[in-house]
Amino acid sequence: MPSVVTANRLTDGIVVYLATDGRWTEDIARARLANTEEETKALEAEAAEAVKARKVVAVYPLEVALHDGAVDPLSVRERIRASHRTTLTKDWYDVPL
Amino acid sequence: MYRYDEFDQAFVRERVEQFRDQVDRRLAGQLNEEEFRPLRLRNGLYLQLHAYMLRIAIPYGVLSPRQLRQLAMIGRKWDRGYGHFTTRTNLQYHWIKLVDVPDILSALADVEMHCIQTSGNSFRNVTADPFAGAAVDELEDPRPWCEVIRQWSTVHPEFSWLPRKFKFAITGAAEDRAAVLFHDIGLKIVKGPNGENGFRVFVGGGMGRTPYVGLEIRPFLEKRHLLSYIESILRVYNLYGRRDNLNKARIKILVNQLGIDKFREEVEADWAVSPRRDTIDLPESELHRIQSYFAPPDLFPGPIVDEKVEQRRITCPVFANWLKNNVRPHRVPGYCIAVIALKQPGRTPGDATSEEMELVADLAERYSCNELRVNYTQNLVLPHVARADLATVHDELVRARLAVGNNDLLGDMICCPGLDYCNLANARSIPIAKEIAKRFEDPKRQELIGPLRLNMSGCINACGHHHAGNIGILGVDKKGTELYQISLGGSPKDDAAIGTIIGPGFRAEAVPQAIDTIIETYLANRIDGEDFLATWRRIGPAPFKEALYGAV
Repeated sequence: MPSVVTANRLTDGIVVYLATDGRWTEDIARARLANTEEETKALEAEAAEAVKARKVVAVYPLEVALHDGAVDPLSVRERIRASHRTTLTKDWYDVPL
Repeated sequence: MYRYDEFDQAFVRERVEQFRDQVDRRLAGQLNEEEFRPLRLRNGLYLQLHAYMLRIAIPYGVLSPRQLRQLAMIGRKWDRGYGHFTTRTNLQYHWIKLVDVPDILSALADVEMHCIQTSGNSFRNVTADPFAGAAVDELEDPRPWCEVIRQWSTVHPEFSWLPRKFKFAITGAAEDRAAVLFHDIGLKIVKGPNGENGFRVFVGGGMGRTPYVGLEIRPFLEKRHLLSYIESILRVYNLYGRRDNLNKARIKILVNQLGIDKFREEVEADWAVSPRRDTIDLPESELHRIQSYFAPPDLFPGPIVDEKVEQRRITCPVFANWLKNNVRPHRVPGYCIAVIALKQPGRTPGDATSEEMELVADLAERYSCNELRVNYTQNLVLPHVARADLATVHDELVRARLAVGNNDLLGDMICCPGLDYCNLANARSIPIAKEIAKRFEDPKRQELIGPLRLNMSGCINACGHHHAGNIGILGVDKKGTELYQISLGGSPKDDAAIGTIIGPGFRAEAVPQAIDTIIETYLANRIDGEDFLATWRRIGPAPFKEALYGAV
């Protein structure tokens, strides 16, 4: 199962993902996918540099699924993080709790 | 309420500037996260799911209108226009930027507030009876003692690195409205053998992974010895409390492993030889100085029946409902205590928008002698409202959609932020609370059910007090799915009890129906006048289990 690397931005705590262009993006769809253990380690190494550079904190890799090319963060927790919102607004009521 | 002296003011300002420097150094790379984390936690700043969360101390739940307005301003300027009142009577902002925190702390200092010791292994905010100084059943106002403990415990050098966090609660009333028996130290002001007031001292209560009801360590402690005695409790805990296992580090584990008798023996032995016993105990003059800040407002007794209120009670069922459930008697005839429930169906329990905070601040100014309280059930309280003003206050609350009359009924749920915000949570709690609120929205049905405490937590840390709920709901993660365990029979009151898990957990969508089934089982079995807890205690778990899971 592919992985992406996520973190919180240091200055404001916003959820971010390591992107294909080496930047950090708020959009999980733009996250760089690692398909092997080696690729995941490479992402983590790059993220560790970003921690040192004070861009992000609380880095970790997470497994995702791909549905028609779209990234699905799998767990409820990661879906909430990826959405940058709570599940409390009306249009989220229809999502299975 | 207590007002900062020059020393307090200078100290808090100094801490703000220290933290500003720490944030600057973090952003400049002179501090890494490992070094910075304990510093930010000491100032109430957490990193949560979506952003930083800042927890503001509201000492013993007492707020002035000026302070609440400032909290409204902070929410509007630096958060998303709202805040969340917690079961520790604090306020949390959930969408905070690190770079803004020094300015926020400075704005708090402007109104004598701060975030010191709202996190970390330290003394946390002391909580108290929210009706303190107003309740009819009160022996003595606990707030001066809360303030004494706050001043004594703030950055106390001996206890700055306790094995784990430490929570106090105090009540001076006959009815426990502060869940005193679920605190590390719980104090009840009681009459002593010679008719004088003193403290009944409980120790080792708590929720979390391993819940315990506090045990009595001393039936009566002379008031003048409060500080030296609790210092001895803390010293024994500091010495023997476990630091090798986070889950076994709270004082409740120590008390229950040693046994209350052995723990008491250790405390009494320390206290007997305490070199500071004579110097740490508070001089009378200092106590009087602190007490003077809590002088009751000048209220002139009035008639206990107001014609306008009685008329409205007859003509307006919504008002009658609010009057019955949210208005409590005051010690001064002609006055009342009014609970503003932050529990409107469809909204997050405990949340208040900046506009609502401003409205409540206005009401406190106009109708409650400039006093406001936060209670641990996540509501606000106007402690001194003239009976003649009740209809006007209610009208204002109706306009702001804050007039829901469900205080202490099923709709008055305690609910933690859960997985929608919290990094520790395993499951969501707020959406479940909302679904339950929707199902039980009809006030007549809530009235029929009667007093009921429904508490919900999104993880085992139990910020939502699920152990103490008559009905408790705990969200867990089972192989990636949110599952909800239901426990019955808990109580946060004088008859404190920990709920019993009734059976296998439920998926989220099944929880409202499960609660409905529990309620219907109670209603079918209750004898006239019994509340839920009384029925549970009489009939036990079997009928509930059968209703929920079928014949066993």
